[in-house]
Amino acid sequence: MSWEVVIGLEIHAQLTTQTKIFSGSSIAYGAEPNTQACAIDLGMPGMLPVLNEAVIGKSIRLALALNAEIGKKSVFERKNYFYPDLPKGYQTSQLEYPIVGKGHLEIEVDGEKKKIGVTRAHLEEDAGKSVHGIVPGMSGIDLNRAGTPLLEIVSEPDMRSAKEAVAYARKMHELVQYLGICDGNMQEGSFRVDSNVSVRRPGEPLGTRTELKNINSFRFIEKAIEFEIERQIEILESGGKIVQETRLYDADNDVTRSMRTKEEANDYRYFPCPDLLPVMITDEDIEAVRAQMPELPDAKRARYVSEFGLNDYDAGVLTASRQLAEYYEAVVSQTQGKDPKLCANWVMTDLSGALNKAGLSISDSPITAEQLAGMIERILDDTISGKIAKQVFDAMWKGEGTADEIIESKGLKQITDSSAIEALVDEVLANNPSQVEAYKGGQEKMLGYFVGQVMKASGGQANPGQVNQILKAKLSD
Amino acid sequence: MHNLTIKQMSEKLHAGEITSVQLTQHYLDRISKYDAELNAYVTVTPELAMAMAEEADRQLSEGTAGLLTGIPVAHKDIFCTDGVKTSCSSKMLDNFIAPYDAHVVTQLKKAGMPILGKTNMDEFAMGSSSESSYYGPTKNPWDHQAVPGGSSGGAAAVIAAGLAPMATGTDTGGSIRQPASFCGITGIKPTYGTVSRFGIVAYASSFDQAGPMTRSAEDAAWLLDAMAGFDQRDSTSLHREKTDYAAGLNNSLKGLKVGVPAEYFGEGLDPQVEKIVKDAIAEVEKLGAEIVEVSLPNKDLAVPAYYVLAPAEASSNLSRFDGVRFGHRCENPKDLQDLYNRSRSEGFGAEVKRRIMVGAYALSAGFYDAYYVKAQKLRRLVRDDFTRAFEQCDVIMGPVAPTPAFNIGEKTDDPTSMYLADLYTIPVNLAGLPGMSVPAGFVNDRPVGLHIVGPYFSETKLLNIAHQYQQVTDWHTRMPAQYQ
Amino acid sequence: MSLGKTEVEYISRLAAIAVDENEVEQVAGKLSNILDLFKQMEAADTANVEPMAHPLDQVQRLRPDVITETDEHEKLQSVAPAAQDGLYLVPQVIE
Repeated sequence: MSWEVVIGLEIHAQLTTQTKIFSGSSIAYGAEPNTQACAIDLGMPGMLPVLNEAVIGKSIRLALALNAEIGKKSVFERKNYFYPDLPKGYQTSQLEYPIVGKGHLEIEVDGEKKKIGVTRAHLEEDAGKSVHGIVPGMSGIDLNRAGTPLLEIVSEPDMRSAKEAVAYARKMHELVQYLGICDGNMQEGSFRVDSNVSVRRPGEPLGTRTELKNINSFRFIEKAIEFEIERQIEILESGGKIVQETRLYDADNDVTRSMRTKEEANDYRYFPCPDLLPVMITDEDIEAVRAQMPELPDAKRARYVSEFGLNDYDAGVLTASRQLAEYYEAVVSQTQGKDPKLCANWVMTDLSGALNKAGLSISDSPITAEQLAGMIERILDDTISGKIAKQVFDAMWKGEGTADEIIESKGLKQITDSSAIEALVDEVLANNPSQVEAYKGGQEKMLGYFVGQVMKASGGQANPGQVNQILKAKLSD
Repeated sequence: MHNLTIKQMSEKLHAGEITSVQLTQHYLDRISKYDAELNAYVTVTPELAMAMAEEADRQLSEGTAGLLTGIPVAHKDIFCTDGVKTSCSSKMLDNFIAPYDAHVVTQLKKAGMPILGKTNMDEFAMGSSSESSYYGPTKNPWDHQAVPGGSSGGAAAVIAAGLAPMATGTDTGGSIRQPASFCGITGIKPTYGTVSRFGIVAYASSFDQAGPMTRSAEDAAWLLDAMAGFDQRDSTSLHREKTDYAAGLNNSLKGLKVGVPAEYFGEGLDPQVEKIVKDAIAEVEKLGAEIVEVSLPNKDLAVPAYYVLAPAEASSNLSRFDGVRFGHRCENPKDLQDLYNRSRSEGFGAEVKRRIMVGAYALSAGFYDAYYVKAQKLRRLVRDDFTRAFEQCDVIMGPVAPTPAFNIGEKTDDPTSMYLADLYTIPVNLAGLPGMSVPAGFVNDRPVGLHIVGPYFSETKLLNIAHQYQQVTDWHTRMPAQYQ
Repeated sequence: MSLGKTEVEYISRLAAIAVDENEVEQVAGKLSNILDLFKQMEAADTANVEPMAHPLDQVQRLRPDVITETDEHEKLQSVAPAAQDGLYLVPQVIE
């Protein structure tokens, strides 16, 4: 009998604010230890939290994107436990009244669409971190990260394979960046995925789950889940039992390992934080956020197909990140939407290729959307051919100026003067009598050879359409 | 000089008849003379006080001084004071030099009030006698055998003994009013949210409220003016228009409806205390007030509810004392758990440990609903009692405490009997209402206070009533013979 | 209600407060007395009563997302029992 895999994900998305959730300290990454931990973050005696307004709007954005219920009354609670990276001895989080309630996210795996339920998303503060090796036998505590705002997005256990889990995680990763609520940087821990994995016989109640934590790439998340599924099935098939525990993924050996299990279950003693009052969200608050909502990836993709005539694949590539989509749309609009398909080709192939090679992201592109549009305009008005355009593109990449400046300074303007082209054609035909003979003898494919020769003679600048037309006319004389 | 009212002091300072340096030195001298016996101060700050007094005199001479400029103040050792030890009378914070000021301290510095020092208290404000202090008990100036009450016992004692003209206190379950009653001074706990909690070491956040402790209601109005006000750093601080607390002091009490709850005069109330309180109410009646009977039927539920909720909040609030970033740390911890367990066990006294443990238990899995949630519901019932009562009256009057000050050591072995001593003050904190203690007489030479409780934001009314009462009585002007 | 050794040990662990072996009985006794006080709550009918978390029906005020804090770690760490290189020191954390 087969096994059914059940996966639910808990995603911690760090919100893109200037300051912490309860204090005015910066959350900029990479500062010297404890230089961004103020008395409030440190939980010093008498210090009190005041909620950062930015986290509310960002949470509502997510709720709208997930078609989720919004907690009109949202309450912060304290989760009590002792740990050195938790300065107050409790984490301020949400339990009974989270800011985002039930919603869903649609994923697509192997052409199949599937709705994954989102149980809730709640606001909470991040903890600090321990640093080792400063003093033997001691750990150093850096509380810069303590109090950084997080949205913990909890899914339903709706995923049935590692592939689905990763598709969901990627989709959420794309979404939070689109919404401008999280920078998605997995290396810096801005987007963290914890996976709850269990297996069961179909129709049976949920099996015991294990939690996979601290994996900072989608590829490793998939591998870790796959390993974990195999491991659990093996244990169950050999008559063993799964232990509920947290496991870490060892990428070097492609295995998951148990974290030391705690001796007893935690008793977190959640209760409403008496230093904070309930947050009330009004319909006006929600409408204000809705008015500012960016177009979401799925809607954008559909529009690229219907409005721009792109195929699904291209639409998918161009909407993979909000920055890329915005760039593309800027190019289309600056070329007055004359040829969105041509714009798509330039953005997806030449530009993306060059960016990849240089290891740059779209926001760091040396060619602006305006510049690229300027070049495409010159293709569309026959000033340059597509081939010449590649030279122009390279020159723009190197910062040599706008398309017009480059065309001018390098003399790349296309030859469209019929008499000039005729002269070139005459010259080529005169120099290739035997090939002319062959053509006239029925080898019409020789036409391509003549076109190539004419283009070569023109230094690539002759208008290929005109060359074709004039050649055909001359050869049929 | 220590027999002047604040208003008189202010007038003399502004008229140049006395200087702040003289006034401050006078109190510092009295502290040197008397406090070794009384133990009302944890820390005395003569250098800081004199430097601030000199600055106050400069402002007075330049004409930039405010009403309180130059009048010294003593802060309860729960208010963080930048550069000065802030111990909460705990071994845990015996080495803690606060790196910032509480909002109240900032406000009173701005008002130009020299800081005489920090007053003794029950450890972390948990107690009703000031006996749980790491620095030993404070004595009641009226009778050295007696406790001064608590937790703001040091503050009450310094006012009663004339070792400060004004003092700050905090009241979580009665900690301003009960010591005010025991020491024969005036104290007011304002509506929750009136005075910022920023920089006050938290005991139970949804109850803690700071207020003035002074000789008279007029003095209290002046100090409350400087302490109260919106502070953006405290999420529970109320954004309201600034109130002039002294403005209504002279209003007539004609037509005032005073509610007297039968439940406040039942079993357990010392008959002599009862007589004093009833006499005081009769005095207010003579001033034109009308007495009406009201009922607070859930009064007896307040004490158990409070002793669930306050310790629950405290158990979490005091988790930050873990020996890592500040405060006491045990010697040579063998591991992390040992660091926590021993630092906390050594740093906290018995009553604090008890409340942390009770609070943790009340929140723990399996008991949360039966204890914590149940207590929160009772809190609402108690509040609703007051709401109903205030439909029939303007203020409620009754005893502050069932007895006058008890003897030092009398209740230390029986925490629950100590808890019950707060039965009249605790309901007011559950509801977050303003409450006041006004000197009203003596039982065997130990003072007794009259308790006045009003609806939310009725501080001006309470101070008005107390002031009018103090115009026709002199209990508040009396001082223990040896401190006169 | 009377607490036993097991409960006291459990509470001691939750509270991170060491209780000496020879104090357990006394601590249990005093905590039990307090729990007896709690029992008085049982009598009250609270069937349709909303729990009350704060004395006033106020809502949370929000703070603008603007940096207001500066680096004060030297001053703040001057009261730390053990700090080095800007870090607070604790016995080795095993992860």
